Amino acid sequence: MQLVLEGISKKVGAQKWLHSMDIAPQRSAVTVLLGATQAGKTSLMRIMAGLDEPTAGKVMVDGKNVVGLPVRERNVAMVYQQFINYPSLRVRDNIASPLKLRRESGIDERVQALAEKLHIDMFLDRYPSELSGGQQQRVALARALVKGAPLMLLDEPLVNLDYKLREELRDELTALFANGDSTVIYATTEPGEALLLGGHTAVMDEGELLQYGPTAEVFHKPKSLRVARAFSDPPMNLVAASATENGLRLEGGQTIMIDLPEVLGGNFTVGIRANMLRESTLDGDATLAGTVDLAEISGSDTFVHAHTVAGELVAQLTGVHYFDLGSTVNLHFHPSQVYVFDSKGLLVKAPARRGER
Amino acid sequence: MAKIELDLAHAYLPDPKKDSDYALLPLKMAFEDGGAYALLGPSGCGKTTMLNIMSGLLSPSQGSVRFDGHDVTNQTPQQRNIAQVFQFPVVYDTMTVAENLAFPLRNRKVPRDQITKRVGQIAEMLEMSDQLNQRAANLSADAKQKISLGRGLVRSDVSAVLFDEPLTVIDPHLKWQLRRKLKQIHHELKLTLIYVTHDQVEALTFADQVVVMTRGRVVQIGSAADLFERPRHTFVGHFIGSPGMNFLPATVVGSGIQVAGVSLAKPDGQVLPEGAIKLGVRPEYLVPVLAESAGALPMTVSQVQDVGTHVMLSATFGGLTIKARLPSDSAPMKVGDPVWLQVVGAHTCFYKDDEIVA
Repeated sequence: MQLVLEGISKKVGAQKWLHSMDIAPQRSAVTVLLGATQAGKTSLMRIMAGLDEPTAGKVMVDGKNVVGLPVRERNVAMVYQQFINYPSLRVRDNIASPLKLRRESGIDERVQALAEKLHIDMFLDRYPSELSGGQQQRVALARALVKGAPLMLLDEPLVNLDYKLREELRDELTALFANGDSTVIYATTEPGEALLLGGHTAVMDEGELLQYGPTAEVFHKPKSLRVARAFSDPPMNLVAASATENGLRLEGGQTIMIDLPEVLGGNFTVGIRANMLRESTLDGDATLAGTVDLAEISGSDTFVHAHTVAGELVAQLTGVHYFDLGSTVNLHFHPSQVYVFDSKGLLVKAPARRGER
Repeated sequence: MAKIELDLAHAYLPDPKKDSDYALLPLKMAFEDGGAYALLGPSGCGKTTMLNIMSGLLSPSQGSVRFDGHDVTNQTPQQRNIAQVFQFPVVYDTMTVAENLAFPLRNRKVPRDQITKRVGQIAEMLEMSDQLNQRAANLSADAKQKISLGRGLVRSDVSAVLFDEPLTVIDPHLKWQLRRKLKQIHHELKLTLIYVTHDQVEALTFADQVVVMTRGRVVQIGSAADLFERPRHTFVGHFIGSPGMNFLPATVVGSGIQVAGVSLAKPDGQVLPEGAIKLGVRPEYLVPVLAESAGALPMTVSQVQDVGTHVMLSATFGGLTIKARLPSDSAPMKVGDPVWLQVVGAHTCFYKDDEIVA
């Protein structure tokens, strides 16, 4: 199924909820809608589902404009943040309900097969209230997936689950999507989730579609500061800079040697991803001396918040590291690993990546 | 302030028989005076039950709670002199910030000049000095929760301050600043702080000692580094870290370790029990090594995820799948490529019946 949105916009009263945008999600693959709350993700999904009509623009499904076509005549499945199940139906019948409505055949086998994939086959004869939150959300997911609808819309489906469950379910969903034919639209506020899902990502902010492309490419080559901000967790470190003869002078005085594509002059913003800041130093590194505000430990990583002459920075170090509050720290990075944005906030230079040169 | 000792069990059912009847299985442990502790585990693990038993909101169905050696099992929270901070702000809207902070001290009839001094000190720590005369009513949710935190910390004579997921309502962008505040305050006030959360970042960042719980059982008490480097129980290895530790079923036979039909040499000096064990190795410690390296398995790449700040590699061998977290500038790999991963190395942990043995 090929979905194409052409010149879609949405106004509610005097407010623009969605600015005019075109997007053609990858067919039979996952497209992530990434953005903070209020970015317009849900509004866009509701238009894709046919729950709302756009103020302007066309929703093309396999070449045909479906604006105005009621939801029931479209073959769409949707999963929401809240787990919605029928409390009076057993898990088996909850999952089977969309198939029964359509009087489809082979219902038992299809329910069984999907339940096995989502590890809920042992609960098929229970009621939803007898299951944990994670299991209930699995049932809701199974009901949406069982139809094999050509278009599946998932609106932050894992947000209400604890992080270990999220990890498991995300892995299972990624595998299911990869093996299915459906075109999947998946909304999330978390950059890390977008990266784990892979596929393509559309970065949204305040009702605008900022950038759309293969997920890793958007992450590594954000078109603008806005995209870089929206697609970073922890936030990208941003330092004001001005051009010098052979590089950039960062706020606080540190200069870095860097080839800019053309002599642009003027003011820049240098972006350094948290994982590019290191405690150890390598040849050619630039160094920012700082004072530790806090070291946050996540288990896999330690996020060191420090203030330096160049401003407040966050460094992501693998594993567990201890820093006393107020201790000094030297953060090193290689000038080839920075992003440079011009005074309009547009990308001038992204870090060179291995295998690209 | 007090050292808190628990020697107890708790069941909400009248006549517990099997392990699953207990909300807290029999346990014996101590919280040292002035320590910063976190109780960490998934919902239903018993962490809130333990907190409520310490505060006196709940009596254990068997055993005792001691504060500095005195039995307080049947005392109320007030008698135990416990301060508590809950998930949602508890603030008197009609009072000013200063009055809210002073409230617990007024109740205890602390002299006025001491109240002013202490309220000033706490407000300074929470960076609320400029808001002291504002009414609480119009403040944002996180400012209100800061007041709740301040009220919990304002009395210097408490036995302990107990926190029940206090940062739930705080905007994600502000959380780290409050975590920092709490850590600073612990440093300066040296109160005994006990913090319940299901969030590993919160627990590991805040606490000197993290108590990891699952199914009514304490499976490890340790520092963040202990939990990461040497998880004492497979649950800890799984729960701490994202993704968690890889576990591989193995069999110890003489000087070798059989993994998926391959015999790997036992590391020098390593004492392992004969028979079935599990190897535990963190994704962060797995890197591709040269073919035939000691302790390595010849695996096949099954998934490569560019997760931006690093590359997540999944690889399979003989029905096993393991994950490796590689630096983002690693040599590119694709599905189907052969890769040798060192599963027995300096950072490998060994488990028997889910408990660490080496």
